[in-house]
Amino acid sequence: MSRALLVLEDGRVFPGQAYGARGRTLGEIVFNTGMTGYQETLTDPSYRGQIVVMTAPHIGNTGVNDEDPESGQIWVAGYVVRDPARLPSNWRSRRSLDDELAGQGIVGICAVDTRAITLHLRERGAMRAGIFSGPAVVDAHGRAVPVEDLVDQVLASPPMAGRDLAGEVTTEMPYVVEPPAGIDTIAEVVAVDLGIKAMTPELLAARGVRVHVVPRSVTFAQIQALAPDGVFFSNGPGDPAAAGSELEVLRAVLDAGIPFFGICYGSQLLGRALGFDTYKLVFGHRGVNHPVLDKATGKVEITAHNHGFAVAMPTDSDEPVVAPYGDGRYGRVEVSHIDLNDGVVEGIRCLDIPAFSVQYHPEAAAGPHDAQYLFDRFIDLMQAG
Amino acid sequence: MPKRTDIASVMVIGSGPIVIGQACEFDYSGTQACRVLKDEGLRVILVNSNPATIMTDPEFADATYIEPITLEALTAIIAKERPDALLPTLGGQTALNAAIALDAAGVLERYNVELIGAKVESIRAGEDRQEFKGVVERAGAEVARSRIAHSMADCLAAAEELGYPLVVRPSFTMGGLGSGIAYSAEDLHRIAGAGLHYSPTAEVLLEESVIGWKEFELEIMRDKADNVVVVCSIENLDPMGVHTGDSITVAPALTLTDREYQRLRDIGLAVIREVGVDTGGCNIQFAVNPQDGRIIVIEMNPRVSRSSALASKATGFPIAKIAARLAIGYTLDEIPNDITGSTPASFEPSIDYIVVKVPRFAFEKFPAADPTLTTTMKSVGEAMALGRSFTEALGKAMRSIDKKGTRFHWRGEPPTAGDLEALIASTAVPTEGRLIDVQQALRATGTPGIAALHQASGIDPWFLDQICLINEVAEAVRLAPALGREVLEQAKRHGLSDEQIGEIRNLSEEAVREIRHAFGLRPVYKMVDTCAGEFAARTPYLYSSYDLESEVRPRTKPAVLILGSGPNRIGQGIEFDYSCVHASLVLGERYETVMINCNPETVSTDYDISGRLYFEPLTFEDVMEIYHAETEAGPVAGVIVQLGGQTPLSLAQRLADAGLPIWGTSPEAIDAAENRGVFGRVLADAGLPAPAYGTALSVAEAQAVAERIGYPVLVRPSYVLGGRGMEIVYDAAQLEEYMIKALPAGGRADAPVLIDRFLDDAIEIDVDALYDGQELFLGGVMEHIEEAGIHSGDSACVLPPVTLSNRDIARIRQSTEAIARGVGVLGLINIQYALMSDVLYVLEANPRASRTVPFVSKATGVPLAKAACLLMAGATIASLKADGVLPATDSALSLEPGYTAVKEAVLPFSRFRTAAGKIVDTVLGPEMRSTGEVMGRDRSFPAAFAKSQLASYGGLPMGGTVFVSVADRDKRSIIFPIKELVEMGFEVIATAGTASVLRRNSIPCREVLKVSEGGGQDGGPTIVDLILSGQVDMVVNTPSGAGARADGYEIRAAITAMNRPIVTTTQNLAAVVQAIEAEKAGPFGVAPIQEAVA
Repeated sequence: MSRALLVLEDGRVFPGQAYGARGRTLGEIVFNTGMTGYQETLTDPSYRGQIVVMTAPHIGNTGVNDEDPESGQIWVAGYVVRDPARLPSNWRSRRSLDDELAGQGIVGICAVDTRAITLHLRERGAMRAGIFSGPAVVDAHGRAVPVEDLVDQVLASPPMAGRDLAGEVTTEMPYVVEPPAGIDTIAEVVAVDLGIKAMTPELLAARGVRVHVVPRSVTFAQIQALAPDGVFFSNGPGDPAAAGSELEVLRAVLDAGIPFFGICYGSQLLGRALGFDTYKLVFGHRGVNHPVLDKATGKVEITAHNHGFAVAMPTDSDEPVVAPYGDGRYGRVEVSHIDLNDGVVEGIRCLDIPAFSVQYHPEAAAGPHDAQYLFDRFIDLMQAG
Repeated sequence: MPKRTDIASVMVIGSGPIVIGQACEFDYSGTQACRVLKDEGLRVILVNSNPATIMTDPEFADATYIEPITLEALTAIIAKERPDALLPTLGGQTALNAAIALDAAGVLERYNVELIGAKVESIRAGEDRQEFKGVVERAGAEVARSRIAHSMADCLAAAEELGYPLVVRPSFTMGGLGSGIAYSAEDLHRIAGAGLHYSPTAEVLLEESVIGWKEFELEIMRDKADNVVVVCSIENLDPMGVHTGDSITVAPALTLTDREYQRLRDIGLAVIREVGVDTGGCNIQFAVNPQDGRIIVIEMNPRVSRSSALASKATGFPIAKIAARLAIGYTLDEIPNDITGSTPASFEPSIDYIVVKVPRFAFEKFPAADPTLTTTMKSVGEAMALGRSFTEALGKAMRSIDKKGTRFHWRGEPPTAGDLEALIASTAVPTEGRLIDVQQALRATGTPGIAALHQASGIDPWFLDQICLINEVAEAVRLAPALGREVLEQAKRHGLSDEQIGEIRNLSEEAVREIRHAFGLRPVYKMVDTCAGEFAARTPYLYSSYDLESEVRPRTKPAVLILGSGPNRIGQGIEFDYSCVHASLVLGERYETVMINCNPETVSTDYDISGRLYFEPLTFEDVMEIYHAETEAGPVAGVIVQLGGQTPLSLAQRLADAGLPIWGTSPEAIDAAENRGVFGRVLADAGLPAPAYGTALSVAEAQAVAERIGYPVLVRPSYVLGGRGMEIVYDAAQLEEYMIKALPAGGRADAPVLIDRFLDDAIEIDVDALYDGQELFLGGVMEHIEEAGIHSGDSACVLPPVTLSNRDIARIRQSTEAIARGVGVLGLINIQYALMSDVLYVLEANPRASRTVPFVSKATGVPLAKAACLLMAGATIASLKADGVLPATDSALSLEPGYTAVKEAVLPFSRFRTAAGKIVDTVLGPEMRSTGEVMGRDRSFPAAFAKSQLASYGGLPMGGTVFVSVADRDKRSIIFPIKELVEMGFEVIATAGTASVLRRNSIPCREVLKVSEGGGQDGGPTIVDLILSGQVDMVVNTPSGAGARADGYEIRAAITAMNRPIVTTTQNLAAVVQAIEAEKAGPFGVAPIQEAVA
């Protein structure tokens, strides 16, 4: 086992052992409290640029299979675990996670006190960090690189706030996800890939939606050309305040009255399109156990989360407000879902135009399936329009 | 949707006595529920026959009925109390069955009592096999292919269709009672026959075997708004085929992907909705085929359970407490998560540690029993441990079991190639020691052996690899040139104790500890926070880990460490937890109470009870590290070891030697009472007689001693607990037999065998008292109903004593005071006396909390354990009397007039079968075998005794046939009681010898053949045939000598199989006759303890 160091921008250093690829990686360090679903987490494009700490101590037990990834590659910038499995065991497992990480060049660290790291991040907030192992911890003369140098390297990396990352994860070419055999096509949806997870088009398709997944650079004209019944904006990495042309595309969709549904980053963009601010949470929501209240039904659903930013909307009253953008041209909007742990806005619903979004992940993967009804709501919205 | 306003009073039913499959987890859940309901301002009416529970303490309910949980008693209580609602989901299967019976009898309707927490239909849908199958299929999932059978013919037909092996499960029984796996038609006859009997609906389910599949459980809660959460997933390390109570289990599930886990969750949610559990918790079990992931739903329980207690302790999510709130109308999002204080209960806990539960068995108490683990639960307790890794948690859990041979070891050479094949093959049969066999096999094979062991045992390869990892770490310890920091750190991180490391290195535990401390290697303590660190926790519920950062908070309040009693076992159970909880409750104001325990079933390990909870093994190493951590956090005023039974007591001397401030009776004084020589001098100084005794190392010496002191004698090995290996020997031949069995091959013992004069026909007396160095407070004097020689834990006893004179009691008081002074007691002392021919012999003294402390406290209304703690903390008996904690005069002498309390033991014989499928022998002796107790309480001894019989096994027969067969020495004393039975209308049948004695005394009786006299074609049925065909309602059978014992065995086993009463002593017979008279005289009254105490 070779030595590795996890170095935080505030100077805290956690020594451990190298895991996955050897070398250096930099990113924003965040923790995920899910006890299952490491494969889905690793391949979730929303983790682009982030070093992920798993609070569950044993990672890799079920190995790596070919069915569960949410995209074609691992996206995390680095991986921090306590006890990696030595022997994967599952009837679907094809290879070990260690090999998969190494194969994809993902630098990780293990045998660290992941709970100590988590509590540190909870108190101090998500921050920049680096994992250093192999050649990154020794200089040309074989001497250990001083920790101060490593902290400097971390401090030289860009902070997450202000980062536009969706362009780095979006598909290069459009593609179509067809409803499975035996399911009639009932709607056409354009899904703008800002870091989309495979489960999202799969769940739409299972409901009879033909999903046209398009790159982030798509124009409104290109969307119109597909004559969709609805438009979907996916989850994705980065700061929504740094979003590019997609915000204007979204406004054009709203202006055209095309039914809209957004998830996560897509929800933050809807918030911004409506004229609300977004802000960075101290340490974010990453896990599969958050209680979210659906204000329409009064029911609580257990939901998958992966977001470091949120929409700043008033939550002190149940009354709808007029969306501030463009002198109220989008009419009234309400907070439809709220996180019961901390009161963060988790869903937005427009009352006068056919648009809604959720901050969390109804497609789950990983996570509970409680919120899949939202895909049905999207279909209802399209069919109502 | 807040609390319902239409409910002002709620009746809660407890689970009754501790039995296998239903233990103190229901005191934990019931206590939580009672507290919650009282906090909500409701009037709580509690019924539980078990006096050793915290829930039956007078302050936990408004009206506490320590009455039998029978339809009659419950109806009387409902008629008297007129509750608005009945909450039956917190008292195990007992309470659910009681609720169904009340509903079926129309009692709930008659008195307009609403069943809350579960509807009758949901209970049925969950428990009736056929209905449940429909539920699961409607929920879109599968159950094992199966057939329902109501007769043996049905069973055989179903076997034709499904093939063997077949799983047999009776409906409506708990803890898997009566279930098993049939590999052949012969097995099927045996198992299904018993199953049809045990099922109250005479119904069994036969299903395709999923033995060897992976086994998982989910703990789920649902509220009336249809919010559903999964509190915890549990994975059984032992695959399908072993009852989950007997399996090593792990939380969270560790070998499922998210997709597979979410599929279980989807099914679980669909099932709870389909069953219609609309407020509360349920447990659902799954089997998963390791080859292809096919999921089979095994069963669900629409109530809190042993698993839900485990899940609550494992996650910090208090299922019972929340279930109680949901039952009175709250929704999950309206209830705070009281660990974080800031987030709601409508979430799913995420944990950042691993929890391992290991069962504790008691096969040594039932040597004839088949030790194979099956779908019938046989373990008597469990220990849980938390660690930051599976290996760490497993090591801690195994050492928490506190029993020889239950830990991994690396003694000697690994198994040789010649032995290996057989060893691996043997792991196909699950037993108590299987995991150790697996570890030993893996020592020899290393990781290449994983496939073969997985094939044989069905244990998932991931777990097997983790055991390999532990072996590799141990091997590194062995091979290291010196015990360096790195190798030691690895060993500690993977759960090896200092003792294990010492064993590997041939060093003492102390030497290892010194080296470890020299490197600064100590555990840190992490908090259980329900959320994997996402939110700050305010409840100091801690576990150790060899990791980086500790979360023990500094404090200024002085701490008192209370050592609990560890896993339940026969002889050390809930009674000791009761005393520990009292310590926390009474000392909490002045001290930061710090509870240390590893038993997930208990009230003491509820994080709400103490200032701090350390969920840790009760070994010297673990206690010392906690002490160290707490001294760094603030002042430590004392350590209490005298309340948790033998486990903490056995650490007392070492802890004192290490400088810990032991409160109460000093370890030297504890030793004085245990040491025969020292204690003998205490008695001699006080002029108190003890039975004559001697010690022997050989057969000849033993016979010489016995000749000198006279037969019968009580023989036992040195250094035993709970009467292990004790026997009463009546003659020289029997003594020789015992000694040959007890002695090692050379014919000489390493430690002497102790031989005491056995006081035949003496009255045995149990005393619990307090002593402060100056003054004695006599808490209770209990007279045993069985004669001396039956272990006090198995003997029924009565308080106040029924046959002792005031002079006797005065003598007992004097003797007790003399012993307490002589030994140097500070706190509690329990003494056993035997009264024979007007001589009061001292049998033994235990300067600690006894098993009877809760019974005495319930019977007298005096909180002895609390008072003892205050004495240890510096109070005197005089000051406690002044403060009103103790009454002015001894409670043993000042019982409220007219109330008599009887404690009756509950025995687990029906759980244990020999390899041939017969029930093990049920005769009582000096070795304790009961798992629990009940209290019968009424205005007279006969009525109280009758209630105790009702509560412990369903009650005495009011008519019918009594079979009588007694030893010659007992024949004289049974004449009058049997005559009375005949006068009350019983028919008597007897074997030839007893029959002739009865006839000579003009008692009509029918003669019946002994088993040994054979049945045959012409011979007519034997007594066993009659019993098994249900023609005998009660058996009176006293054993004598080894031969008669064997003959009586078949009879005792048969009657136990039929669940009818058996009387094995003449004293007991007299009590039984009086009780039947009392019960025939009319219905019993019911009264809450508060009424009488007030």
